[in-house]
Amino acid sequence: MAWFRDAILYVEDSAIADAIRENDLLFPTIESVHVVAICLLVGSILVLDLRLLGLASIERPVSRLVSAILPVTWGAFALAAGSGFLLFLSNATKYLANGCFIAKMFLICAAGVNMLVFHWVSARDLPQWEKDTSPTLRARLAGALSILLWIAVVACGRWIGYTMPVL
Amino acid sequence: MEPSLSEFSKWLAATTLSHMIKSAGWIIPTLQTIHILCVAAVFSAAVLVDFRMFRLFEREVPLGEVTRRFLPAIWPVLLILLLTGSLLIVGEPRRALLNSTFFLKMALLLAAVLLTAGLQRSVAASPGFWERDRGRRMAAKAVATLSIAIWCGILFAGRWIAYTQGG
Repeated sequence: MAWFRDAILYVEDSAIADAIRENDLLFPTIESVHVVAICLLVGSILVLDLRLLGLASIERPVSRLVSAILPVTWGAFALAAGSGFLLFLSNATKYLANGCFIAKMFLICAAGVNMLVFHWVSARDLPQWEKDTSPTLRARLAGALSILLWIAVVACGRWIGYTMPVL
Repeated sequence: MEPSLSEFSKWLAATTLSHMIKSAGWIIPTLQTIHILCVAAVFSAAVLVDFRMFRLFEREVPLGEVTRRFLPAIWPVLLILLLTGSLLIVGEPRRALLNSTFFLKMALLLAAVLLTAGLQRSVAASPGFWERDRGRRMAAKAVATLSIAIWCGILFAGRWIAYTQGG
């Protein structure tokens, strides 16, 4: 893991990390972009989750809604990940030592795995039930789990601010 | 205005409710997490309709159906936002009430509420209102741009409250 430590110290010493750390406007501005991106990310995922739960957009076939919403979701994810990475760079060592940050990263991975499992396993027979107002149990479970995971991601993100003394 | 708000903050901070909110470290971050999740729902609902007006989202679905699906949910969620926001102010009155960024956020919120309610009403009264001719379609894009800008402004201001608090 020595190379990893070296890499972290290297990025932390970079000019861009230094600028984000030292400039009074840069950190809050990137943070604001991060909040906007996360809101759109979580909100757009919620639209799909509620459809899978049979609670909203029930007159729309699931595949249609997925193809309409995914570009928004991925765009928001790219913006959230990019801005999040810049915030991480500025204090990489402290973030890596923060339990909430680590938990947030694992929860995002778990949400990704949940999405892949839905895509590869639960959505295989999608054409058979995608017009149903109340989808299959597996689809409903995927939607419910997704909502819970993203709530936890947002909670961990908020808690980073209270557990990292530098911010 | 300043001294009276200062007095009011002082009085608010001395109330039993304020003491209760400050009595445990997890209460304020929990309220903030609920607040952000609700912001995500409201922001995404408004912005997805704006994307539809740009014909970037659910373009094969009539605008009237998209607004009917997304905009009504904004109002009950806004009530939760007012409740959590009020509790956060009671917990830390000076953080918001002696902070011009907070008042900027409220002014932008008022503009967003009027714009969104106006949009919802115009489409409910006449489904083809924003698509009748070239001029209307241009106006729709202008309104959508304004709406996105105002909602992003609310989120930016919300994050900046933490960086501009005086007392």
